[in-house]
Amino acid sequence: MTKYEVEEDLPEAPIATTPSDVIHTSSWRTFRPVIDLKICTKCNVCWKFCPDDAVAFDGEGFPVIRLDYCKGCAICAEECKPKAITMVKEE
Amino acid sequence: MVELVISGNYAQSYAAKLARVQVASAYPITPQTSIVEKIAEFVASGELQAEFIKVESEHSALQACISAAALGARTYTATSSQGLLLMHELLHWAAGARTPVVMGVVNRAVAPPWSIWTDHTDTMAQRDTGWIQFYGESNQEVLDTTLMAFRLAESVEVRLPAMVTEDAFYLSHTVEPVDIPSQEQVDAFLPPREQSSTLQVGTGMRLGSFTGPDLYMEFRHKIARAMARARDVFLEVEDDYARMTGRNHGGLLPTYKADDADTVLVTMGTATTTARGVVDAMRADGHRVGLAKLRTFRPFPTQELRDLASQVDRIGVLDRSFTFGAAGAAFTEVAGALYTGPHRPLLRDFVAGLGGRDVTEVTVREAFLDLLTRDAPESQWVELKSRQEAP
Amino acid sequence: MIEIRFHGRGGQGAVIASELLAQAAFLEGKHPQSFPFFGVERRGAPVTAFTRIDDAPIQIRTSITAPDIVVVLDAGLMRTINVIAGLKPDGLLLVNTEKNPDKLEAPFKGRLATIDATGIALAHGLGTKAMPIVNTAVLGALARASGIVSRDSVRKAVERFVPAKQQANVMAVDDAYDHVLTLAAVVP
Repeated sequence: MTKYEVEEDLPEAPIATTPSDVIHTSSWRTFRPVIDLKICTKCNVCWKFCPDDAVAFDGEGFPVIRLDYCKGCAICAEECKPKAITMVKEE
Repeated sequence: MVELVISGNYAQSYAAKLARVQVASAYPITPQTSIVEKIAEFVASGELQAEFIKVESEHSALQACISAAALGARTYTATSSQGLLLMHELLHWAAGARTPVVMGVVNRAVAPPWSIWTDHTDTMAQRDTGWIQFYGESNQEVLDTTLMAFRLAESVEVRLPAMVTEDAFYLSHTVEPVDIPSQEQVDAFLPPREQSSTLQVGTGMRLGSFTGPDLYMEFRHKIARAMARARDVFLEVEDDYARMTGRNHGGLLPTYKADDADTVLVTMGTATTTARGVVDAMRADGHRVGLAKLRTFRPFPTQELRDLASQVDRIGVLDRSFTFGAAGAAFTEVAGALYTGPHRPLLRDFVAGLGGRDVTEVTVREAFLDLLTRDAPESQWVELKSRQEAP
Repeated sequence: MIEIRFHGRGGQGAVIASELLAQAAFLEGKHPQSFPFFGVERRGAPVTAFTRIDDAPIQIRTSITAPDIVVVLDAGLMRTINVIAGLKPDGLLLVNTEKNPDKLEAPFKGRLATIDATGIALAHGLGTKAMPIVNTAVLGALARASGIVSRDSVRKAVERFVPAKQQANVMAVDDAYDHVLTLAAVVP
């Protein structure tokens, strides 16, 4: 990452060349969501409500938590219609 | 070059066409609507090769332009009054992101009460946003200044968005002769935009990064310096334009009979035209009066005003807006520029023409006579309908 | 400088009339300025439009309060609007009506002119009975009655700037030019 110290170091416009996804917010987590695929109905509500785009999908259409970015806010567990998601404490 | 009898709104449309804008996006609002309708006609007929992005609000219109401009496109939008107010947060964005969007604004009073007629409140409310601001006096000036605005905004020393204003109905819907430069002339004056270094397709860049107290101030200082450079760059751009067309509208603060005046009125927009007639009439009566037109509000013509102050005894500012709890916006800024300078002539504020109230020869003469005979610190609202005795 | 005020109803072409007059003057090398008074816009609502014509560039941008000429595209407006407000005593009042000038009930002692622009417009298929487009006929009458622009300039402006039925509109101009009736000012 570039080191900026004074005005002359900065680009003219406030741009960053580092995309924001290099920052793994996984370290913010205390609990992580675990999805029971036997109960999951693939309704996609967890994906829709996740504030962080931390839900992806596998080849069969089941949701997969993107653990690099999940902050453990538990909204997916709260909103999951069939109650397929449990929050499990991180070691 | 061809001379057409057109409205101020169409003058903007022709300028956008000649500038070969690549992206235009706008939302209709009286009295701006015909600017954008004409641009849409140009795009539909193929006379202008541009992407016309239809949006559901003014906020989205400016957003579309900011995004396109960040990627290197030459962009144009237009609005007025409530539409401009709706876009307000994005005006800060356009300047902070250093995107050279050009916008036409038809000066219209703000609600409530609802008004479709002219005053300057809408654009005065944007003077903190980092946009270059021009106030137009005639349809010719509006067309010429819009073309110059593209070049100024895009220049590498500046890279700031610019707005060109015109008074509602007095210019927007008033039809008068305008010289339209040829496409060849404009192409020579305004080449295609240099590749922007803000965002590039195919790279993982982010615009608008989160910045802490350690460096935010430095980013903003860059804007301050760019706006300061805009002053001299504009004068060069106008010199170039004058060479091409034979027209020079007089820089940041054109004056009329101010050189040997002892009393000068500072005016903005179309009130200037009427004020010139009054200057001539009062000179015939023996008063040594003149006027100075505040053509660029940003960057503010501090040096030009200080030079003027060194020559005169009295300056009156004819405001077409008012900042409640303080004074007219133009007066406040003139006072700021002069107070920190070496010359402080008598300075007074006259508020007139709000909500489209006609600024007539009588209005201007009343302001001049009051300026010549009375000193008062309060802003004087001219021709206010009231049963109370004016102070 | 000559100042002209037009009174019409939304949809009759008063604003276009003021612009066409500006174009005609421009074709003669004069300096024009035209603008509408903007109120709430809808069909049938009263519309006022203005034109200034001068030999030198026009150095004024305010409303016209003392016109030299008033043109009324819809005689019915005269019942509700004081169309002659501010009209100079030696000015010209031109009204679209079937009546002859001496039968016109207008408290005005200057020059009067009348033309049946409605009849002419309908005869040339311009607009409908409910909303005849009388502006080009009225301009033809104005050119003859006032002499501020020539018939030829009005024809050229109409040909160039009217969006449809150019030939019919030009014929309406000619028709009205030939048939406008004027009455000299009543000298007290």
